[in-house]
Amino acid sequence: MTVLPYLVAVWIFLTGCYGLATSRNLIHAVGCLAVCQASTYVLLLAVGYRDGGTAPVYSDIKPGSRPVVDPVVQALTLTDIVVGATVTALLLALVMQISKRHGTVDPDELRELRG
Amino acid sequence: MDDPLIVVVLLLVAATATAAVAVRDPVRQALVLSVLGVALALLFTVAQAPDVGLSQLAVGSALTPLLVMLSVRKVRRRQGDGKGRAP
Amino acid sequence: MTRRARLIVLALGGAGLAALLIAACFDLPRFGGPWHPYGDRAVHASLARRTANTIASVNFDQRAFDTVGEMSILFASVLGTVVLLRQTRDEKRALPQPEEVALPVRRYALVVLPVAFVAGLYVIAHGQLSPGGGFQGGVVAATALHLLYLGADYRALERIRPVGLYEICDALAACAYVVTGLAGVLAGTAFLANTLLPYGTFNTLSSGGIVPVLNAAIGMEVACAVVVLLARFLDQAVEIEEESGKP
Repeated sequence: MTVLPYLVAVWIFLTGCYGLATSRNLIHAVGCLAVCQASTYVLLLAVGYRDGGTAPVYSDIKPGSRPVVDPVVQALTLTDIVVGATVTALLLALVMQISKRHGTVDPDELRELRG
Repeated sequence: MDDPLIVVVLLLVAATATAAVAVRDPVRQALVLSVLGVALALLFTVAQAPDVGLSQLAVGSALTPLLVMLSVRKVRRRQGDGKGRAP
Repeated sequence: MTRRARLIVLALGGAGLAALLIAACFDLPRFGGPWHPYGDRAVHASLARRTANTIASVNFDQRAFDTVGEMSILFASVLGTVVLLRQTRDEKRALPQPEEVALPVRRYALVVLPVAFVAGLYVIAHGQLSPGGGFQGGVVAATALHLLYLGADYRALERIRPVGLYEICDALAACAYVVTGLAGVLAGTAFLANTLLPYGTFNTLSSGGIVPVLNAAIGMEVACAVVVLLARFLDQAVEIEEESGKP
């Protein structure tokens, strides 16, 4: 039972990869990549969790009065969520360009164009 | 692990992530992605990470689905034009 | 490679990866365990510098150099999107016709807009005290502005959103972050070292030394980045059309 969060992260990552590889629409593929990203957030926060811990914010608790969860992994996740969204936007912009140049967003048809 | 709430939310996240991949239509996928964003925000909150939850709520439930929807609209419009002009 | 062959390769690779990952899962520290050496040290360092929100302290003080990297990824992807989605010579702008939005939606959007925008600014300003900070507040404030698209129409949104100005602000915010870091170098310490400003009183707005400054720079950077991104995407989806009538 103590590995369930890690297994959930593995499951999300593998499902996302499956979706990426079998996708018939590049926009859908970008969405699957976002799902893959979500797995890393789950993994990082699972590593940092502590039983009975509270959030590492000391504006309303006295320092040292309660155990807190790991703030380092939270900081990593936090920045990655926002930066990941802008990278998703860049990928979607690339998809729009592909649709403009080739008139399709199906990766299989794109391969046929290349010959 | 003694918190049943975390287990329930973890399973919810796993289920919505699977649904987000299984739904093949990008517009529907954008909706499922926003549900996934809310589920993740819930998970981060029960895992004592309110900072991350806030960030995920803003990005995952609003920004990413909106960007996906706008790209779908652009791509569909172009393909609609292409079909209209084709002989 | 045919579709079938690709699926077989995927299944083999996926099964191998799954086996390795699951084996790794059982060797990770127990979920919820008490052993967090980095976390404990980060909390200690944050309290020593009088920053109430440890996560803000990790992002903008202890790992501020890492945040420079994150910020440059953000800046580069915004730059890439702006270049990719610019209006090319074979495209023209068509003014979109305003469409009827249901009255309750319109009212709701106009009521929520100021609340959401102020909430975003609040979240940025209190980053070093309570959960929040530049990354989250920036996104909230920027998306709040776009409620105007629902509440009024696209042209109203364009009037309050001169994209060029936001692009300049985006670059300025990125510069501000780096310049704050360089100030440390000029003062004789290290890049982004939190030694220049006084640490202030614990749990007040001006505590944490360099943290509120960098936090504000990131807030501006993220807010402008999101506004620019959404503006480019809306342009493409709503306004820009391909020149028709060509063979």
